[in-house]
Amino acid sequence: MPTKIRVENLYKIFGRNTKEALRLLEQGKSKDEILKITGSAIGVNNASFEVKEGETFVIMGLSGSGKSTLIRCLNLLNKPTKGSIFVDGEDILKYDKNQLKKFRQDKMAMVFQSFGLFTHRTIQSNVEYGLEIKKVPKDERRKIAEEAIKSVGLEGWENSLPHQLSGGMQQRVGLARALANDPDILLMDEPFSALDPLIRREMQLELLDLQAKLKKTIIFITHDVNEAFKIGDRVAVMKDGEIVQIGTPEEILENPSNQYIEDFVRDIDRSKVFQAKHIMQKTTAIMSVKDGLNVAMREMRSNGLSSLFVVGENRKLEGIVTIDDTINAIKEKKSLKDILKNDYFTADPEDYVQDLIPKAAVTNYPIAVIGEDGTFLGIIVRVSVLSGLA
Amino acid sequence: MTVYIMGDFPSALKFELGIYVDQFVRWAKLNFDGFFELIKKVSLALLLNVEKLLLLIPWWLFIALVFILGWRIKNWKTGLLYSATIFLIGTFGLWEELMTTLALVISAVIISLIIGIPAGILTAYSNKLEMILKPILDAMQTMPSFVYLIPAIMLFSLGLVPAVFATTIYAIPPVLRLTNLAIRSVPKEMKEAALSFGSSRWQTLFKVELPQALPTIMTGINQTIMMAISMVVTTSMVGARGLGLNVIKSINQIDIAMGFEAGISIVIMAVILDRITQGMAEKFRYPESSE
Repeated sequence: MPTKIRVENLYKIFGRNTKEALRLLEQGKSKDEILKITGSAIGVNNASFEVKEGETFVIMGLSGSGKSTLIRCLNLLNKPTKGSIFVDGEDILKYDKNQLKKFRQDKMAMVFQSFGLFTHRTIQSNVEYGLEIKKVPKDERRKIAEEAIKSVGLEGWENSLPHQLSGGMQQRVGLARALANDPDILLMDEPFSALDPLIRREMQLELLDLQAKLKKTIIFITHDVNEAFKIGDRVAVMKDGEIVQIGTPEEILENPSNQYIEDFVRDIDRSKVFQAKHIMQKTTAIMSVKDGLNVAMREMRSNGLSSLFVVGENRKLEGIVTIDDTINAIKEKKSLKDILKNDYFTADPEDYVQDLIPKAAVTNYPIAVIGEDGTFLGIIVRVSVLSGLA
Repeated sequence: MTVYIMGDFPSALKFELGIYVDQFVRWAKLNFDGFFELIKKVSLALLLNVEKLLLLIPWWLFIALVFILGWRIKNWKTGLLYSATIFLIGTFGLWEELMTTLALVISAVIISLIIGIPAGILTAYSNKLEMILKPILDAMQTMPSFVYLIPAIMLFSLGLVPAVFATTIYAIPPVLRLTNLAIRSVPKEMKEAALSFGSSRWQTLFKVELPQALPTIMTGINQTIMMAISMVVTTSMVGARGLGLNVIKSINQIDIAMGFEAGISIVIMAVILDRITQGMAEKFRYPESSE
């Protein structure tokens, strides 16, 4: 995927004496020292990152870490003090007033933590706002807005005012308003933080569904690690205005680059981040349905197993045999097909480990991981699901 | 020889500020004569036309309008009460005076709004301007209303123009202050949302900030009207006609009957204008977001 946004050495300093603050920052003075000396606050300190097209890039950090300042630099609601931001290869900091307006109208739309809805406008005319600014003809913009309202499941509320809706519904309006503009890039500034946990989870899932369809480039801000790891393709962790680590959720979990991130991710529920494919073992200990009982016997004995998956053509899973059945069958001269069992569990590689726990608790065999086309990919041993996934 | 220890303020220490102010006003008048002439002409034309218009309206139509306004804002009973009290003023024989006074108030308020609302918006956009204006506005609001007559007479001598001028100056602060406050208290994210969609500054102002600020600005307009009414009697001392003049006359002649009738008429006018504009402000108020 091509790079959509590239941010290079971005600084944002609030206050009057930004030059002096920048100089002190380069000398290695800390945020607090600089505030004391110059009265300037460091918002973003030397941030560099790239976001690929269609990617969901999460910026995570505690409050005051500069994440909201950073996202506001991307559409220049905050004017960066130094550095460059390239969107589709163009340096947006070089834009003049009209180019900037055009850029905001066409390329980006933003969703806000406390929704930022216009309380004097109906839902319909809130969603139409961006199109109105773009001077889209009335009929067309009504149609587009209705479509967007529908896509977030709010049909029938078009003529209501924002205050008549619940928080979750209001944020849907915020999302619809952003989507109606059909931007390449969605900026989401803690969009779900003001919602209660149940609604939040629902909205997260809906966003993932929407994103699977729309494939926008999303920059998503959150302070919630679980949310970050659930939604993000890649996650950047911020502290005191600096980006301290960028990586996929698994990378960050497995190799926290410093103590700060370790503390951050300590509370995370790993079973919600890790998927079947992450804990799956690619085993060679399988047999073909064409092989006989003796092959089964040998495979189990040499690998120290009590059961063995049996695959057919194209590695399609046919069943499982146990060692006891095999020994009996050899004695009673039965064939492999007679003792093939089907009471095992299967998992999709994308399944979260969390969802495998109930299966692992009751099964006697490993869980088989099956790909989309039905091929056998590997096994998950019960112990790795149940033992805290270390 | 007398020795002063704790006695009178030493008369040798003299700073005659008044003279300088006087000189400044004279200088201003001399050098900006055209400007003051223009103010004079415009405000006089406005006042006379408003007055003409008001006197053109038949009395029964005026009372009917008051009834309708009262009815729309609250209910028919309120409308009835308002129109009955206006009718009462007519029975005092003060109909024309009422219209004259109303014309003065309306003209002064119109000018106050034309100056006050844009100035309020500018003040909201500039912290520096706010810093400069704040003490001035504070001073303007604490100054006794009589004081405004002095520059008014100096610049425009006696007549209707200094009356409009003094009333306008006195009435500007509330609407300016509240416009400033209202624009400043538009939620930050709402403004950011407008900007993030590529709105220009004007679009943000007219599509988001002003509609959001409107209820508070309406409150400001209401207060500006009240300030203007409170100047009615004062400005009669420099030549305004109408109900105020009747009050002044009755004081000079110790005519309790005339004083009471004119006084109560002013009160009625004030209360009705207050209620009507307050009711309008209420209608503009949007329910706040639930979260």
